[in-house]
Amino acid sequence: MGRYILRRLLISIPLLVVISFLTFILINLSPHDPAELVLQAQEVPVITEELLSQTREELGLDQPFIVQYIEWAASCLQLDFGDSYVTGQPVWSILGPAFLNTLKLTLVSVAVIILLSIALGVICALQEGKLVDKSVRGFSFFLTSMPSYWLAALMIWYFSVKLDLLPTSGMNSLASYVLPVIVIAISYAGIYFRFVRSAIISNLNEDYVLYGRACGLPEKKITGKILKNSLQVAVSVFCMAVPIILGSTVVVENVFAWPGLGSLSIKSILSRDFPMIQAYVLVLAVAFVLFNTLSDIINAVINPKLRKDL
Amino acid sequence: MNILDVKNLKIWDGSTGRTIVPDSSFKLKQGSCLAIVGESGSGKSVTCRSIMRLNKGSIRQSGDILFQGENLSLLSEKEMRRKRGKNLCMILQNGMRAFDPSSKLGVHLKETLDQHFNWSKQAFTDHMAKAMESVKLSNPVELLNKYPHELSGGMLQRVMIALAIALEPDIIIADEPTTALDTISQFEVVEQFIRLREVMGCSMIFISHDLGVVRKIADDVLVMKDGEIVERGTTQAIFTEAQHEYTRYLVSSKLALSQHFENVMGGMALADR
Repeated sequence: MGRYILRRLLISIPLLVVISFLTFILINLSPHDPAELVLQAQEVPVITEELLSQTREELGLDQPFIVQYIEWAASCLQLDFGDSYVTGQPVWSILGPAFLNTLKLTLVSVAVIILLSIALGVICALQEGKLVDKSVRGFSFFLTSMPSYWLAALMIWYFSVKLDLLPTSGMNSLASYVLPVIVIAISYAGIYFRFVRSAIISNLNEDYVLYGRACGLPEKKITGKILKNSLQVAVSVFCMAVPIILGSTVVVENVFAWPGLGSLSIKSILSRDFPMIQAYVLVLAVAFVLFNTLSDIINAVINPKLRKDL
Repeated sequence: MNILDVKNLKIWDGSTGRTIVPDSSFKLKQGSCLAIVGESGSGKSVTCRSIMRLNKGSIRQSGDILFQGENLSLLSEKEMRRKRGKNLCMILQNGMRAFDPSSKLGVHLKETLDQHFNWSKQAFTDHMAKAMESVKLSNPVELLNKYPHELSGGMLQRVMIALAIALEPDIIIADEPTTALDTISQFEVVEQFIRLREVMGCSMIFISHDLGVVRKIADDVLVMKDGEIVERGTTQAIFTEAQHEYTRYLVSSKLALSQHFENVMGGMALADR
């Protein structure tokens, strides 16, 4: 098992290198001259050719491409993503706190999503075809088909304005989490519980369930086995939910004025703050690789068949 | 004496109202082997599962199932569970799928035996190792630490037989135990079943559509078609003087197949010369 984890971690290293390289290339393919952007952002009145070449030298843009990449990648490892073109502050001093805020929102949401999906999935699978199953599926279909900004607006109107129970926006107390978490959780749990439900239903019909019963094992033990085998499908989905939500909170963060990555990324893209965008893309890509690795490792722990593949 | 007496068993699907087995009665003599034959969908497996009261969700059953004089239909779920494994033991068709794929084999075996006996860990290993060696599984302790996918279908089938030996049940119900195996494993597994009966003297219900296997192992045969028992009798009688057209068809197609096989082999032998 230890060997599997080590190998799996080693495999993700080249993946990270490729991703960082692609991120670097994509940003460099942009038609804008970074030196010009920096000078514009610093509101230099007249941009001369001399000033441009001086700025390029300061930014290291006169170096060969590969050297630029290696220097950039090495400093990224120390969380030094350069300075923002707009404010001149180090990127991580702005991105770091925003990332933490979004991470907090994401982790709370994913916890709620996991609990909801498993609970609803188990209930619906055990009541397959009955009224409870049909109504939960119907109602979740209705909720997930609502766009999240609309759902968010409805929630704010009802819980914050009409009932005055929860804050409308910001991130000031634990109560601020409630509405954004509900909006995110509804749109994901409404889909994920179906994975859990169908996995349980197909496991219920497996021979090992019949044989377990035929051997006189108590229902509790058999349910445990069914859950363990069914959740394998869900583990990957749940693990990947973290980076997916990290990268897609833009709408929710903007509606609830959450000071996180979503709001920051929109701002940076609009002002062409390349170091910031680069760092944002890289952080998300790293999150995808990390959680993908994590899901593989958890799956290998539960499912012995997978350990052989590597 | 009859160890099992099934009277007026009716099985139907509660959600659609479709009748699967309309009215079935049969007896299993103490220490004998009763084979149930018939094509797929004839109601063999459903009949056996209803003896264990293990049919799935919407499938309902009525009638009396007298096991050693006790009516299983009247037992509570908890009482019934105590009988499963200990008194009535089942062996399934596909060994590859019968064990929890994410636990080691030993886990299922230990859980089952813990349910019915108060054995120490050492006693469990001793009993299980002895049972496994008796079905020609070498290195039992090593096998207990393996996952189901690391063993072949024939080995897993023998693990199920070994578990049955350790449980010492009164009746073994084997649901097409040789169907999923290749010819060589089939032969070995059938040998084990024959030995199982000789050594333990337990009664057995053997479901199969392989008449060759049935002829080797069974004392009596029930022939099922579309949920009904169309013929019953001793194995000898079924193979020589079948009354029902369907039984004659089954027996003759089996004979035709082996005839064809002999012809082909004989032809090859000629060609070799």
